[in-house]
Amino acid sequence: MTGWQRTQSRFQSHYVSILSALLLLALPAYAPAQDWVHTGTNLGAQKIRLATADFHLSSFDPSQGSGDKQVFDATLFSDLMNAGIFDLVSKSMAPSVAPASPQEIVLTQWSLPPANAAMVAFGTLAVSGGHISVTGWLYDTQNKQTPQVLAQQYNETDSTDAARHIAHEFADAIISRLGGGIPGIAESKLYFVSDRSGSREIWQMDYDGANQKQVTHLGLISLSPRISPDGHRLAFAALDKHGWDIRMYSMDLNRMVHFPGSGSDLSPAWSPDGNSLAFSSARTGDPEIWICAASGYGAHKITSFEGPDVSPVWNPRTGTQIAWISGRTGLPQLYIMDGDGTNVQRMTDGGYATSPSWSPNGQFLTFAWDRSYGPGAPGGQDIYVMDIASKRWIQLTHDIGRNDFPTWSPDGRHIAFQNSQHGQRQIWTMLADGTGQHALTSDGSNSMPNWSWK
Amino acid sequence: MNARRKTSVFMASAMTAALLLAAGCQKKVAPPPPPPPPPPPAAPTATLSANPTSIQSGQSSTLTWSTTNASSITIEGVGYSSASGSQSVSPTTTTTYHLIARGDGGSADATATVTVTAPPPPPPPPPPPPPAMTESIFEQNVKPVFYAFDSYKISSDGQQTLTDSVSFLQSHADLKVLVAGYCDERGSEEYNLALGQKRADAAKDALVKAGIDGSRLRTISYGKEKPFCTEHKESCWQQNRRAQFSLDQ
Repeated sequence: MTGWQRTQSRFQSHYVSILSALLLLALPAYAPAQDWVHTGTNLGAQKIRLATADFHLSSFDPSQGSGDKQVFDATLFSDLMNAGIFDLVSKSMAPSVAPASPQEIVLTQWSLPPANAAMVAFGTLAVSGGHISVTGWLYDTQNKQTPQVLAQQYNETDSTDAARHIAHEFADAIISRLGGGIPGIAESKLYFVSDRSGSREIWQMDYDGANQKQVTHLGLISLSPRISPDGHRLAFAALDKHGWDIRMYSMDLNRMVHFPGSGSDLSPAWSPDGNSLAFSSARTGDPEIWICAASGYGAHKITSFEGPDVSPVWNPRTGTQIAWISGRTGLPQLYIMDGDGTNVQRMTDGGYATSPSWSPNGQFLTFAWDRSYGPGAPGGQDIYVMDIASKRWIQLTHDIGRNDFPTWSPDGRHIAFQNSQHGQRQIWTMLADGTGQHALTSDGSNSMPNWSWK
Repeated sequence: MNARRKTSVFMASAMTAALLLAAGCQKKVAPPPPPPPPPPPAAPTATLSANPTSIQSGQSSTLTWSTTNASSITIEGVGYSSASGSQSVSPTTTTTYHLIARGDGGSADATATVTVTAPPPPPPPPPPPPPAMTESIFEQNVKPVFYAFDSYKISSDGQQTLTDSVSFLQSHADLKVLVAGYCDERGSEEYNLALGQKRADAAKDALVKAGIDGSRLRTISYGKEKPFCTEHKESCWQQNRRAQFSLDQ
């Protein structure tokens, strides 16, 4: 029994009637054909009704007032809203109280309409002596005897970043507890390409779009960022006068480190153990998929078929399969093969398919697909998810311009992607069932997101 | 000259006096001779030399002189000097230095000439090189190859373009060539980089088959990163689906 199921069973009987009424309203948004996506992406078919109280501010630094608390409340609400497993009570339906402790909370205020919450998160935030401390609780509103599900304490040197960080940690604790033990992603990062410094460089941001920072300063064209599974190294491709090479940036040293190249190397991808990289190279005169050690040495070719082969990605669960894009039959199609190049299987039946990303559980591929691509065709390029075993697929984006470079979040519940409308590229995110689409960037042209492994 | 003539006059009168004295002695006892006239003061001597005697403008020469029996030594253009010595001079035109040594016994002079020659003309410029190979001359002779939609196959038009380029490349065997593959703006960025690479490789392969040494040809893909034309229409996209040749410097 998973944690989610345990939690379910404990309070299911109390609120199932309320919840099922709500679910009946919510369900038509999800076509039955998409159930396999909800279960496979850990989103579940039912969402827990969760409320968050504004945190009680017990003491604060007069010079900054309640700024940290507002950041904390907003970040916690946003993280739980983004999680994809909650039916979050809007602030307008929640009681306008800020209970400081279990002694002060009146659970019926939260369990009855209009909040109808099955769970409520609340607590206290204090800023004093240069420290910010937070005590947070998660209570089951239906369990009068032992309502406490979680009690967490945090203490850090005070800063706005610390307030945001503590909110992420508390949100991740709630998500893990109510979401089947799968770690939350509130502290994960997205790496992407941005031109806002004047040249196309690699940038990073928090999963929710906060803290956008420039990583590389090469003044070249840098593309295809891929963070290593341990988060210590960032591989990408850059163009200089010698051509395209895989470059390596150390996140620990904050500088470039040596990586050998051939002048025609593109689209790096880390093996899940971090020991190997797959990439596309035309060093023998035709772009093929190659594998090398993480040092860049020992490169060997695993495909041999004329036509462009590019954009490899490893199965992150097994590390034994690679999905990639090949133009060997004409328009680019999605393929999978074993890590030694055997058992090649074509996955798409036509159109123009690019930019695969593998789901963390190994079950799905997400990719960009233009099913009616061709000369003169209007060409809607959208994000799709395919179940590998059955080759069933669903379309996640509709009528929002051209979309490319989907990247799966470490919890399997989210997909970030590149959206292009009115000639401007931005990074968007959504749940893996296609709901909750929203932009994370707005400044400059931003493309090719890559989600960290944890 | 002057000093020597005076010396000979003095010698002649002294000999005349001696003859007169000798003749007188034979006749009678000569009265005591008059005291001999005080010896005349010694005449000054002077030498002056320049080393080297010929310089280029801006270089210097050393004047060396010595005198005897002189109380005043003047070198014109240099000034008063000691009895002997040397001095560096840097005349800018040919100059004759004139030393005058004056003393009680007269004066002596000496001259030395420093010839100033013009500096040698700069070495003649090397013969002009053959007209430099410029990008524009190159591009007039080695034209781009265009590709069909999503294709890296060389069309018959493209093959003709390449054939036209081969003789130029063969007659300029020293040229190294960059073959760059380009794609139109549609499609995916990563895939277009691989497709652009394939287009460049296909053009290179065709040239190698026509006899061009492959080591002269380097390929690169610009995908859709550096379009020639930025409008969103087929005539523009066609311009961007190409292999472009340029000098690889």
